[in-house]
Amino acid sequence: MAGTAVHHDHRHDHSDHAHDADHAHQPLTFFQRWFLSTNHKDIGTLYLIFAIIAGIIGGTLSVFMRAELQEPGIQIFHGLAQMVYGFEGDAAIDGGKHMFNVFTTAHALIMIFFMVMPALIGGFANWMVPIMIGAPDMAFPRMNNISFWLIVPAFLLVLLSMFVEGPAGAYGAGGGWTIYPPFSTSGMPGPAMDLAILGLHIAGASSILGAINFITTILNMRAPGMTLHKMPLFAWSVLITAFLLLLSLPVLAGAITMLLTDRNFGTTFFAPEGGGDPILFQHLFWFFGHPEVYILILPGFGIVSHIISTFSRKPIFGYLGMAYAMVAIGAVGFIVWAHHMYTVGMSLETQRYFVFATMVIAVPTGVKIFSWIATMWGGSIRFTTPMVWAIGFIFLFTVGGVTGVQLANAGLDRALHDTYYVVAHFHYVLSLGAVFAIFAAWYYWFPKMSGYMYSEFLGKLHFWVMFVGVNLIFFPQHFLGLAGMPRRYIDYPDAFAGWNMVSSYGSYVAAVGVLIFLFGVAEAFSKKRVAGDNPWGEGANTLEWQLSSPPPFHQWEQLPRIK
Amino acid sequence: MKNKAYAVLAALACLLFGSSAFADKPVDWQTTFQPAATGIMEEITWFEQYTLWFIIPITLLVLLLLILVVVKFREGANPVPSRTSHNTAIEVIWTVGPVIILLFLAVPSFQLLTAQLTPPQNPDLTVKATGNQWYWSYEYEVGENPLSFDSLLLKDEDRAGLGKEDKAAYPRLLAVDNEVVVPVGKTVRLLVTAADVIHAFAMPAFGVKIDAVPGRLNETWFKADREGLYYGQCSELCGKDHAYMPIAIRVVAQEKYDAWLAAAATNLGEANKALMASTDGAVKTVDVAANAAQ
Repeated sequence: MAGTAVHHDHRHDHSDHAHDADHAHQPLTFFQRWFLSTNHKDIGTLYLIFAIIAGIIGGTLSVFMRAELQEPGIQIFHGLAQMVYGFEGDAAIDGGKHMFNVFTTAHALIMIFFMVMPALIGGFANWMVPIMIGAPDMAFPRMNNISFWLIVPAFLLVLLSMFVEGPAGAYGAGGGWTIYPPFSTSGMPGPAMDLAILGLHIAGASSILGAINFITTILNMRAPGMTLHKMPLFAWSVLITAFLLLLSLPVLAGAITMLLTDRNFGTTFFAPEGGGDPILFQHLFWFFGHPEVYILILPGFGIVSHIISTFSRKPIFGYLGMAYAMVAIGAVGFIVWAHHMYTVGMSLETQRYFVFATMVIAVPTGVKIFSWIATMWGGSIRFTTPMVWAIGFIFLFTVGGVTGVQLANAGLDRALHDTYYVVAHFHYVLSLGAVFAIFAAWYYWFPKMSGYMYSEFLGKLHFWVMFVGVNLIFFPQHFLGLAGMPRRYIDYPDAFAGWNMVSSYGSYVAAVGVLIFLFGVAEAFSKKRVAGDNPWGEGANTLEWQLSSPPPFHQWEQLPRIK
Repeated sequence: MKNKAYAVLAALACLLFGSSAFADKPVDWQTTFQPAATGIMEEITWFEQYTLWFIIPITLLVLLLLILVVVKFREGANPVPSRTSHNTAIEVIWTVGPVIILLFLAVPSFQLLTAQLTPPQNPDLTVKATGNQWYWSYEYEVGENPLSFDSLLLKDEDRAGLGKEDKAAYPRLLAVDNEVVVPVGKTVRLLVTAADVIHAFAMPAFGVKIDAVPGRLNETWFKADREGLYYGQCSELCGKDHAYMPIAIRVVAQEKYDAWLAAAATNLGEANKALMASTDGAVKTVDVAANAAQ
């Protein structure tokens, strides 16, 4: 209560204004509510809708790629290039080849920056973290609005880049999400790369603002009695993620700004002919890029902890170990970046260091896996849809994790680097890890956010179709990688045809899974089954379940006290 | 190899996962590495199988524990949950346990890494490979006049002219017009760079992969143990024809290499044909038969 009193004294007019709006219940117009929103729940909803749209676009790109790779030879991309860009004859083949690279690039950028990050951080964290820590809203509500409205033009810029000139005579930025120079500088003179870079700049600015907001909110606005060591693990995971964003994104911003000046203003940071070094970019990029992959997965760790605990009706096992394992993963995540660069020609000592540092990460990750299982051990487990997704997450993340331990070894990575083995590995931890966590969170919090209950049947059908689909896609890719198939290939030697065909069929199954998901959402909103304040029972003991479903427009006007 | 424990594990691994057939290129439904043609690749293959002895049991353990809790602690079987949320002993075990496993991985891993980056002796031959959009060019540092040539993807219309109609020996997207030729059992130093954007020189059967970076001269080495024709592919995204700039290395006996080198100084095409006439009859049919049997 002391907290609110202080708040009133210092921010007199603002909080008065907020109270007016609250108590007078002036109805907001549609434009005011959804375009000028400063409410964390509405902004969270906007982020979730945005992530679903971006995910559908990014996923569609991947299905096109898998359809192309279903058989050796070029089957569809020359036709696509003809249709979209108007190439004719042999030019369509070349246009299609570049278009495939554009698709791989856009698929990665969209899934990372415009699907997983907005869903987990902008969406679920925005929605739930203030509620969970007993805060009325985010610390900087208007900045929250700007965070969201920056990501929309960023997305449009990246989409637009696919339709303007990249390399001479072809369209779109096709350098992969890693945009290594000189291919992203002298190799792609057209404006497509500039648009993609600007898109990344704006998406990065959006994320940095969001990160500042989360750090401030979590450090300053916890309810009386909620010490950091009593804070729910999802809030912990978001706090750590926000620090990773805050520290790593400026490095990316610097690197891509240098890329931009190399491209347009004659600097030669990365051009050897002017004394620069292409490898410098790789160091800068991965100094951001490796923390980035933990940014994608850490909120998922937090979510899975909540779901496992809720449906086992048990407190999380080894709470402090779980929280500090995430801190350790985040911290060590900053000093392992060059394990993405074992083949660039680093010295023996450097490679040894990065092997060692990378392997260390397996220890806190193991702690998390075992603690989740220990949480279930002795529990009274109900297999609701979110729980099934969370258990699926644990197993699939383990599979992706152990191949990560293999790839950490530079000596072995030499054979696997830039092959489909790596593609399989990071899709197991991201597509089957982070995305499973997103779906788990969706089903877990959907009743809270909408007030309606989803269909258990459709939710579980969605899970099983997706589980079969993604494993069919990505497990055979381990074999392709071992056999030597390089990544980012539109066409491959005939010997790779078998597993590629299986992988492509898997992607169609997963696409059906996504359709079931969308149908399930529509079904829940049309049937309007009332969920109640706490549909999950006594296991769900974080603060969001003490509010109505959906929660009031402003929650915690009386701050909760944590004992 | 390293010590007895590793040797036992390796032997077991070979029994389970090993493949005795020889192949220089990927085969249908392949699930493992291509057969090794250098000592380094043998070590990589051994280490990969060695890691499987840790990661597969770990994955199965997690799966087993999950199945166990799902069966034993479902609501129907265990209606009253325990409130246990700490057990210092078990937390220490699952922290220290992985550390010990990682040590078991780290020792042979560092040995492998050291072996890769430490050439055993002075090279018998130096070949420079330069990545271009989208082909490789090679330069031999021999004698007064270095031999240099470009190596491009083999076009279908050129197969007949070059005597490379056999698609089993010269597969689509892997075969090139001019292969690199090196002597068997000799240490070859490979210098790798690029002329435009970054490429990567990869030869799976040799355990070699190194980036070709403009403005840098990367160095690696290999010593091929058996004759044959080996295929690799560019392994760093370099533009629209990234998938169309393969790498082919022909490993031949020293005297055939000497004859080829002498002839190549004046006419590369004829030298290649002469070399093919002397090798393809013997070596290739054996390999192709082995591949077919796989």
